[in-house]
Amino acid sequence: MFSEELLKYDWDETTARIAAKTGADVERALGKRRRDIDDFMALVSPAAAPYLERMAAMSRALTQKRFGKVISMYIPMYITNSCTNSCVYCGFNRHNKFPRVVLTPAQIEAECRAIRRLAPFENLLLVTGENPRAAGTDYLEQALRVCRPYFNNLTMEVMPLPAEDYERLTHSGLNGVVCFQETYHRERYKVYHPAGMKSNFEWRVNGFDRMGRAGVHKIGMGVLIGLEDWRTDVTMMALHLQYLRKHYWRTRYSVNFPRMRPSETGYQPNVVMTDRELAQLTFAFRIFDEDVDISVSTRERPEFRNNIATLGATSMSAGSKTEPGGYETYPQALEQFAVSDERTPAEVAEALRKAGCEVVWKDWDKVFD
Amino acid sequence: MSELIIGGRKFASRLFVGTGKFQSNEVMARAIEASATEMVTLAMKRIDMNDPADDMLAHVRRPGIQLLPNTSGVRDAAEAVLAAQLAREAFGTNFIKLEIHPDPKYLLPDPVETLKATEELARMGFVVLPYIQADPVLCKRLEEAGAATVMPLAAPIGTNKGLVTRELLEIIIEQSRVPVVVDAGLGAPSHAAEAMELGADAVLVNTAIAVAGDPVRMAAAFARAVEAGREAYEAGLGAQSRCAEASSPLTSFLD
Repeated sequence: MFSEELLKYDWDETTARIAAKTGADVERALGKRRRDIDDFMALVSPAAAPYLERMAAMSRALTQKRFGKVISMYIPMYITNSCTNSCVYCGFNRHNKFPRVVLTPAQIEAECRAIRRLAPFENLLLVTGENPRAAGTDYLEQALRVCRPYFNNLTMEVMPLPAEDYERLTHSGLNGVVCFQETYHRERYKVYHPAGMKSNFEWRVNGFDRMGRAGVHKIGMGVLIGLEDWRTDVTMMALHLQYLRKHYWRTRYSVNFPRMRPSETGYQPNVVMTDRELAQLTFAFRIFDEDVDISVSTRERPEFRNNIATLGATSMSAGSKTEPGGYETYPQALEQFAVSDERTPAEVAEALRKAGCEVVWKDWDKVFD
Repeated sequence: MSELIIGGRKFASRLFVGTGKFQSNEVMARAIEASATEMVTLAMKRIDMNDPADDMLAHVRRPGIQLLPNTSGVRDAAEAVLAAQLAREAFGTNFIKLEIHPDPKYLLPDPVETLKATEELARMGFVVLPYIQADPVLCKRLEEAGAATVMPLAAPIGTNKGLVTRELLEIIIEQSRVPVVVDAGLGAPSHAAEAMELGADAVLVNTAIAVAGDPVRMAAAFARAVEAGREAYEAGLGAQSRCAEASSPLTSFLD
């Protein structure tokens, strides 16, 4: 399990190692054929800032070589904001007083239809809070079955589950699972996630092993930028990705670097990552791992998304509503976070085409599930 | 240098050697000594089981040397399992180098039979070192089947051609959770050093030493090359300059 592997890496020591990287380390990392975790540290370090243009060129070339000039489109569907956790930064925190919604199968179906009217999306991301009683595995299974006829590819971003539940859901059409570790800092993790199932660091970090064992086709990873030193956190995530690739080699992987956005809680990020740093991180990940899918959500501004689409990103959401029922049933319910890119899917697609990308709605067929 | 552990045993040398094709057992014994190897492979079929004083065996058995009997000559999984059982009895070791090459001309290993035999031998408690194609997916399947190492070929056996399969070896090394021993086709110490620089955990050499003008000196040369290659890998190789400078700025949108 990865929690044991992670014990080999001391947080402060890793932070110091990244800070000590020099221009020569960056040069070496850029010149190699294959890069290891030390090279990755150099690429995300402050020492790499002057190399941004070179990294952009390399990231673009590697992305085009592996993926072509293609952006795969997806859309999230929040089906419940009910949550038993009390993550200090999240709008769904159980202490926040606002109406909680668990969409019924009929409402989920109405959302499916509304999304299909919006744009020809085939990749759907189902999102929930964590409430095993109100929206447990039975509920998720039912939701997948309802969505199945409308979309070719179903991914879900839900609480970590036991391996047998993942396996069961793959039989109901589940193709991918996204789970954000938020932070790999074991001690600080407990401060941000004081109660509920999510307060258990090991259960969450080992969830990826359970997904791998269950044979989930695609696993999405992420850390929440704004909690701890992002350079150290993404290095731990890169190690985690390397580990998962070695153990669950039949699986595809994606990464995401969500920057904390204002939410109902009014929680302020501890660290702010600039656009320039987010670009550096995107390039660094691509140069480190030529094969990983890099996803950029509507948390980011239109201009940033239009540009990063040609430099390393491979999938994007558009037209996203981050509240349950937001497409049809309850357009006014409380959102999890505020989006920055409020363009319609058609507008996003048009801008991507103008930037030289092919916009792809369907890149999977359910017969393969 | 970091330690290499296979089947619970530590190996100080990352050079494994074979025992075929030498002009005499005496030369072979001196070459083995000069190589400083701790793992020596020998073909089951060459040993005379009924002769306790078998000359070849007497020249190989040394303290500090792990015997690695191989199944060379077998054509399928069933024969390989039988050969492995005989070898365990004869040599008193559960290490087995699995070689199944039904093709007598190029001696290329049969991936299907090798996977089958690995599954069975691992279940029976053998430390299985399968000789195989440089096929990354096969390597992962063997790892799952319980192989102690994978031994992908650099080039067809006995060809001395060097790292013909380099691109695939790189992928295998990147992905593997068990030691990767590059086996077959290494014709010169520089080939062995190159494999070690890529991150291979060990190499196995036979022909290039056995048929050299002076096998003893060649064995010593391979030993130094393997050590240098490993050392370079662990030290972290420098960059090759090969970068594209963009003519028009890609990052001006960040200003």
